[in-house]
Amino acid sequence: MARTLAEKVWDAHVVRRGTDGAPDLLYIDLHLVHEVTSPQAFEGLRLAGRPVRRPDLTLATEDHNTPTLDIDRPIADATSRTQIETLRANAAEFGVRIHSLGDADQGIVHQVGPQLGLTQPGLTVVCGDSHTSTHGAFGALAFGIGTSEVEHVLATQTLPLAPFKTMAITVNGALPVGATAKDIILAVIAKIGTGGGQGYVLEYRGEAIRGLSMEGRMTVCNMSIEAGARAGMIAPDETTFAYLEGRPHAPEGADWDAAVEYWRTLRTDDDAQFDAEVVLEAADLEPFVTWGTNPGQGLPLSGSVPVPEQIADANERVAAERAIEYMGLVPGQPLRDIKVDTVFIGSCTNGRIEDLRAVAKLVKDRTKHEDVRVLVVPASARVRLQAEAEGLDKIFLDFGAEWRNAGCSMCLGMNPDQLAPGERSASTSNRNFEGRQGKGGRTHLVSPLVAAATAIRGTLSSVADLGDDVPVPDGSPLAPDATLQTV
Amino acid sequence: MEKFTQHTGVGVPLRRSNVDTDQIIPAVYLKRVTRTGFEDALFAAWRGDPEFILNQDAYRSASVLVAGPDFGTGSSREHAVWALKDYGFRVVVSSRFADIFRGNSGKQGLLAAQVAQEDVELLWKVLETRPGTEVTVDLGARTVTCDDVVVPFQVDDYTRWRLMEGLDDIGLTLQHADEITAFEQGRESWRPATLPAKHLPPVPVRPARPVVALDLGPTQGA
Repeated sequence: MARTLAEKVWDAHVVRRGTDGAPDLLYIDLHLVHEVTSPQAFEGLRLAGRPVRRPDLTLATEDHNTPTLDIDRPIADATSRTQIETLRANAAEFGVRIHSLGDADQGIVHQVGPQLGLTQPGLTVVCGDSHTSTHGAFGALAFGIGTSEVEHVLATQTLPLAPFKTMAITVNGALPVGATAKDIILAVIAKIGTGGGQGYVLEYRGEAIRGLSMEGRMTVCNMSIEAGARAGMIAPDETTFAYLEGRPHAPEGADWDAAVEYWRTLRTDDDAQFDAEVVLEAADLEPFVTWGTNPGQGLPLSGSVPVPEQIADANERVAAERAIEYMGLVPGQPLRDIKVDTVFIGSCTNGRIEDLRAVAKLVKDRTKHEDVRVLVVPASARVRLQAEAEGLDKIFLDFGAEWRNAGCSMCLGMNPDQLAPGERSASTSNRNFEGRQGKGGRTHLVSPLVAAATAIRGTLSSVADLGDDVPVPDGSPLAPDATLQTV
Repeated sequence: MEKFTQHTGVGVPLRRSNVDTDQIIPAVYLKRVTRTGFEDALFAAWRGDPEFILNQDAYRSASVLVAGPDFGTGSSREHAVWALKDYGFRVVVSSRFADIFRGNSGKQGLLAAQVAQEDVELLWKVLETRPGTEVTVDLGARTVTCDDVVVPFQVDDYTRWRLMEGLDDIGLTLQHADEITAFEQGRESWRPATLPAKHLPPVPVRPARPVVALDLGPTQGA
């Protein structure tokens, strides 16, 4: 029978089919662990006297709590330090590989898996983190789980799961100049809503998706959860194989050939049926920003803050009123007039080397707006080293930005990088919830290009606002001889 | 896990949609390494407002939360469920739950009861008109009863069975350990393993500027 990509990966991992409404038991190929959602899971194992079944399919790193300054000193916040130390002790006790702060392979878990070549097509990947959907960019079935499920996977390397439905998201045509992967996914979420993907695995298809690099595909899949979907996937192709080949944990020799042969079968059959389909025309896409307090409250940058009285749905109207009040905006105000205090470039959504290169090209030989604080935070220590090998750090510092160590940083208010109450950010991260970046903070989600242009002008801006003669930069290296190439 | 068959307690109307897990419990409270003691963190940003519904005397002892659509969206943090439970909630009623939140609830014995949005409106009306009204949630019959309002709710059969029996998921799965072992024997040899660890060439990591650089020595595991 014709099957979708998601169904093929699912079927290949069924340990036991559920009967009478019971879920299927699925095997998990790769379990990523971080400090926030794991301590209670390890404690559960200890209390039950259970080992980690497959430490060799498990990898831990530190990212949420870690500071991005002073990483050579003890973590100042005592509870953060305890949580990190708890992860280190658990990793040692249960034999789990860990990449700690100060290690070259430390970083945001959703960058570390791909850069080590552990994230591969056709795998099932889980992590106690909703942005695990990122790994779907490789054609893996990857989703976030809660702490009870983390314990379940540690103990059994499986998860009981009720089947998902499938949704095709097709983006036809080539992306216009100035629009990026981030603009695609923000437009998708605005179209289907924050609950539109609930119960579905999304499969992104179409020419615009095929044209994206692996970094761009990760950006798109990363935010599937913001549409309510647990997972997003993109069928693997030559772009995927080229990214993987030669990475530390990629198959080698005959194994590589066998793997690629299998990976080529991981595509939705031509006559397979999706449970739902959504189509976007890439030509309609332009730089997108959010104005509200959930990721579905977004509009093209050329638009204006909505007028609640004009919203028909009562729940949406109330939500919009509340969001506009929290965000300190005026209904009808052009989005381009919104002045920001902080620009954050980083996170598992947009903290990769391509993102940093594109930003560097735009801000090179310029100075940031005097009223704006700019933070540039690479997703992993390797991304940082790569950027420094290419001289990007110097460009950012000359621009007036802060160049930081790797971690989740200002994406969530858990480490020292936070917004002050009432402070407004243009952020390349993934969530604009109330207080997400610090209590009372106001977040506008944007692409790296919009973030960079905003840092220059001080108000929400696109590259086009910098002048007709300013080219839209891409994510290729600034200097062709930049070696290292590890990320 | 404690068995759940029926629960009666004061209902509280939370007239908000898209209550994401950052609102249920802000990230700053996630640093703890225990599984209990999160009651103070529940809705922390809203609790400071004396007008907030949970701060009103009639609702203080509530154990049934009736919320707007898309409850529990966003982060996968199970702490959201722990905070609701630690505060005293046994049931959340909404017209739509985020998938991960619903899953986490089922694991922890918090019932996520899905009802039609028009039924949420009926419940809100009763609970707002007569604050302190008790709500009875019957998992066997799948009904929510609040005064003269009786509405059906949805919960999947498997979760309902596990909740009613009070069963531990891991114990259930380990009954099939032989099947897991058999599956493992059929896995392709080229599938990746994290151990033994393979690395890129070691690079000394120095703190990024503007901090004074210190040599941290060779990287771990390399």
